Amino acid sequence: MQYSQWLGVALFSLCSSLAVADQGRLLATGGASSLEGAAGGGITPWAVLSGYGERGEWGADVFATRVETADYRLDVAGVAASFDNRVEISYARQRLDLGNLARGLNLPQNSLSQDIFGVKLRLFGDLIYGQLPQLSLGVQHKRQKDFLIPSLVGAQRSEDTEGYLTASRLILGGAFGYNLLLNGGLRYSRANELGLLGFGGDRRDQRSLLKEGSVAVLFDRHWALGIEYREKPDNLSFAGESDWADLFLGYFPSKHLALVLAYARLGEIASLDNQNGAYLSVQGSF
Amino acid sequence: MRILLLVLALSLTACAQRAPTDDSLYRALGEQPGITRIVEGMLLNIARDERIARHFENIDIVRLRDKLVEQICVEAGGPCTYTGASMEESHKGQNLTRSDFNALVENLQDAMDAEGIATPAQNRLLARLAHMRSQVIER
Repeated sequence: MQYSQWLGVALFSLCSSLAVADQGRLLATGGASSLEGAAGGGITPWAVLSGYGERGEWGADVFATRVETADYRLDVAGVAASFDNRVEISYARQRLDLGNLARGLNLPQNSLSQDIFGVKLRLFGDLIYGQLPQLSLGVQHKRQKDFLIPSLVGAQRSEDTEGYLTASRLILGGAFGYNLLLNGGLRYSRANELGLLGFGGDRRDQRSLLKEGSVAVLFDRHWALGIEYREKPDNLSFAGESDWADLFLGYFPSKHLALVLAYARLGEIASLDNQNGAYLSVQGSF
Repeated sequence: MRILLLVLALSLTACAQRAPTDDSLYRALGEQPGITRIVEGMLLNIARDERIARHFENIDIVRLRDKLVEQICVEAGGPCTYTGASMEESHKGQNLTRSDFNALVENLQDAMDAEGIATPAQNRLLARLAHMRSQVIER
């Protein structure tokens, strides 16, 4: 048997065993998949772990996301798995299509890609139950794969590791009777445009403490409407880097599917301003 | 003067004791008949739920229904008295997991959906029950 066939069989049996996972957590508490692969919203991670596994159970998800702005297109695909509602590992591949910028400036590359390997640990608390909100600590190792352009505009390195601390709590009936989801996080990072433009820069090479957060209202078990905000560093002198924000609508028809549609305001990216546009993400959970 | 103070004190105590309880959730759930239908719907859902149905075998299901109706009535601010055992006592030795608790919540949500209970009212009841989780699981 070929190697790829072996891999297929192995993946199939893994998926079959995951498909009968107990899924002991409530609907939507596995979140969607953030752009960096960790369970969360869209542009920020939440303290929740991927999938629906409770204590002693597995959870996992696969996802694909596309963001279309005026001049760019970002494609992301990835996987995440969690165990015991305690620890999550994730992998995501991002590809930024430079579109107009590459054509206008005759750039040597027309896209920028990176790999993101993540670990997230639930430190204490619970999203819904008990006295304390759920608090998680995450680490992401990022490897930029097309470093020529980032190095030309002043990025200092092609790979780096960053950490974040994030808290999440669902307040039952907290928004005029509807459930209210609050998330707040701190990130310690020097990634330029998530790392797609490398790490550190000619203007600043130290990591910055960056705030991020989101608020969402759940109209019932299946629908969530919310906003997100993410502070970004500004390390490169050739162009400004804007903080990001979005308005999102999440749909959780079952514990196997999540869809997120958002309007994202990404501001200035690599000298082109007003990069606002549509965000669409599809996630399958097991 | 002393008598006046005494009368005042007595009437204040009386007021405190007769403070009207908020029964808006009780009414939103359809009062006694509505709560009974919700509890019966939940128990039927549980019977079909292979995750937790085994925990409800070999028990007096009619008595369980009556106690659950009483309890939800009390939690919702209705004119009832709960006559069952404490949550700790009634779940002792069952070793219920967090997942078991959530499965019951899902069956209750489905039953409330079937009764057309509005989401804010559902959330108020779930918030009351969420407080009891620590008295129910892992005992």
